[in-house]
Amino acid sequence: MALLNWWQPLRKMLIAPAVLGRNGVLGMNARNRLYISRYNNRAFYPLVDNKLKTKRLAEQFDIPVPELIDVIESQHQVADLQRYLQLLNSFVIKPSKGSGGKGILVLQGRDGDHWIKSSGALVSLQEIQRHVSNILAGLYSLGGTPDVAIIEHCIQFDQSLVGFSHEGVPDIRVIVCRGYPVMAMTRLATHSSDGKANLHQGAVGVGISLLTGKAIFGVMQGQRVKIHPDTGEDLARLQIPHWQTVLELAARCYDVTGLGYLGTDVVIDAERGPMLLELNARPGLAIQMANGQGLLPRLRKIDQLSHAEIRKPVAERVRLSQQWFAD
Amino acid sequence: MIKRNLPYALLVLVLLAAGIGQILHRHWVFDVPLLPGESQSIWSVEAKLEFTAHGEPVRVRLATPDSQPGFMVLRDSGASPGYGLNFIQGEHSAAEWTKRSAEGRQVLFYRVDLLESDAHDLMTEKAPPIMQASWPEPYASAVAQVVKEAYSTSADHFSLTRELLKAFEAEPKAQHVQLLVSQYHDKLPGLLVNMLNMAGVPARVVYGLRLQDGRRQQLLEPYIRVWQGQSSQVFDVPLQQRNPALFDPDAPLLLWEQRGDPVIDVTGADNSQLRFSMIRKEESAFASVANRLSDQHELLNFSIHSLPVEEQAMFKTILLIPIGALVVCLLRVLVGIKTSGTFMPVLIALAFIQTSLITGLVGFLVVVATGLVIRSYLSRLNLLLVARISAVIITVIAIIGLFSVAAYKFGLTEGLKITFFPMIILSWTIERMSILWEEEGPREVVKQGGGSLLTAVLAFWAMNNPLIQHLTFNFIGVQLVVLALVLILGTYTGYRLLELRRFVDMETR
Repeated sequence: MALLNWWQPLRKMLIAPAVLGRNGVLGMNARNRLYISRYNNRAFYPLVDNKLKTKRLAEQFDIPVPELIDVIESQHQVADLQRYLQLLNSFVIKPSKGSGGKGILVLQGRDGDHWIKSSGALVSLQEIQRHVSNILAGLYSLGGTPDVAIIEHCIQFDQSLVGFSHEGVPDIRVIVCRGYPVMAMTRLATHSSDGKANLHQGAVGVGISLLTGKAIFGVMQGQRVKIHPDTGEDLARLQIPHWQTVLELAARCYDVTGLGYLGTDVVIDAERGPMLLELNARPGLAIQMANGQGLLPRLRKIDQLSHAEIRKPVAERVRLSQQWFAD
Repeated sequence: MIKRNLPYALLVLVLLAAGIGQILHRHWVFDVPLLPGESQSIWSVEAKLEFTAHGEPVRVRLATPDSQPGFMVLRDSGASPGYGLNFIQGEHSAAEWTKRSAEGRQVLFYRVDLLESDAHDLMTEKAPPIMQASWPEPYASAVAQVVKEAYSTSADHFSLTRELLKAFEAEPKAQHVQLLVSQYHDKLPGLLVNMLNMAGVPARVVYGLRLQDGRRQQLLEPYIRVWQGQSSQVFDVPLQQRNPALFDPDAPLLLWEQRGDPVIDVTGADNSQLRFSMIRKEESAFASVANRLSDQHELLNFSIHSLPVEEQAMFKTILLIPIGALVVCLLRVLVGIKTSGTFMPVLIALAFIQTSLITGLVGFLVVVATGLVIRSYLSRLNLLLVARISAVIITVIAIIGLFSVAAYKFGLTEGLKITFFPMIILSWTIERMSILWEEEGPREVVKQGGGSLLTAVLAFWAMNNPLIQHLTFNFIGVQLVVLALVLILGTYTGYRLLELRRFVDMETR
């Protein structure tokens, strides 16, 4: 009996490994060893770790990306930043080798000498210069190596998604394994995530049905949510526009990069439709919580595909994925 | 799933078999015990004698230690390419190296293995003759007064010596003692012997070492041997310059030379320098006797123990690092603890071994916390990355210097041990924590910092465990077993303990 007594509270805190296994949840060790190190060739990592390279690659293959305005490569350009920015009203500055959404500055409007952040806060030219200088020094890059800053056009996100995201652009994460989309979610910024779409910073993750592009349900800080905490919008009404194009765009990234286990981040622009924001060779595991479903059964299905099936055209692969992973 | 591949399984099996085989071989054939304490400790002490020769015939005589209370001499040997070497046995045992012509810097090694045992007495030696020394005034009267006071409060030679030493140790010192200390500071052992002679007590300066495991570059220290009739005792000399963080007054004392003869005598060369390294190992008494009888197993007995003692002492620490790495592997792969810098906790744990756990933890927290405060100011200066980290390194060194001095002033000699911390690693830790604080907030800093410290403490416990230290040093095979375990861990694809918590809601679909 004494044994049962300490086991009970522990049961609420921990889940039995057998139950996780039955649900097909992919763990960190399995992801690293069975998927990332098996399907992702190290030589191709720079293509996704460096956003400038990703952008140029995507442009070569006619994959739409947010339009590049300028690249700041050296400190002396920082002093001249005024010249680059004076005509711009809205733009995004991001480190080329940043990870996890670090160091991204989104400016959506202008107020005299200042720019306006998505949260409404004003940013001066000096603050932007300091930010760019930090990016060049490698503050946000993997391993602290020197970096370049990218200035690109700010996305005007699609009308149908207004209300689902607070002070930030919602993006859609699709996990693509060997060219087949296997799972998707959208990340909605909240006030507590400070306009960022990172789940561990407090954004809402909403699992998206591969078949329909409709929301499954949302999670925030590990808890299930039905409405957006800031806007009160009913998450069940969420429908990603241009869903088929989103999936095809994501699936094509495999052909372009050669990476067999890929996280693709897509945004939907009001005028230009779905655009590739960035790629990730080490996509996180939180997508399983937003879908209430483990990745492993789907990944095992893909593991068994023959080489001929891997080389099918994009539209065909997307159709098969939607058929296999409909629920 | 990845197919179980044969070469990998074979590699792991071969490593395990070789490792366990080596352990058993050493255990059975060489009788090395698997548990510490089953055997007597053996101290290997190595003298490294350096001098500069000038092309003339060289003769070097080094006094060698004899069995004494606490130690029994098991075997000794010398290493010296190109030199003739003679061990002179008997009354005045010594090693004597000779060479017709030597040029430049020369290095000679002498090594002795000592069994911890109380079966022996000090070498019987007739009391030396009493010598009457004289001092100039005002020192003569100061000497006379100190001796008179000590004489009046004592009963025999030994208690007189204790009283005399007490006068020099007392704080504050009497005025006449202070006078003597300031004049004869460097020659205190000789002064004490002369003062004892003045009181009619035969005494001599002898030289010895405090044996502390893994010490290198040690110098002989003077002690005073005092006779009363046939019996004699050894006394410590007060007011010696010692690093209080390193010196352990309770360590066993080995008298290198018991009679008062010169320790080294070099002719035909100059600039001689004598330094000692020492290390403790476990061997059964039987094996040590067997080794003493024949050294022909040396080739089979391929181990760290065939290296010079100085290198062995280094390896004693180095061989523990794989244990720390294994702990990190376990915690990251099986538990999923986040640390700042993958193997930083191992280096911190190594520092903890030197400093002791509590001192180390306090020191680490103080340095990192102070560093974070200063780093938060640096981040406002908007410096370039490399300059900023360099500034943090300099700051960390300043902090460590400041705390050492402050701790010493307050009489906390423990505080001096803070210098054992790897400063570059600390600086990177501060830099990473600081960026983490700015980007993810203090919660993540506490999480990763706590994870690093927890890992460091667990690694420290593993590496500081006497059993593990005994096994890693005495059985090289342990390294192969650790390697095999790490290879096995590298293929683990199951869940981490913390993932069971992270995915706790996955059940209710």
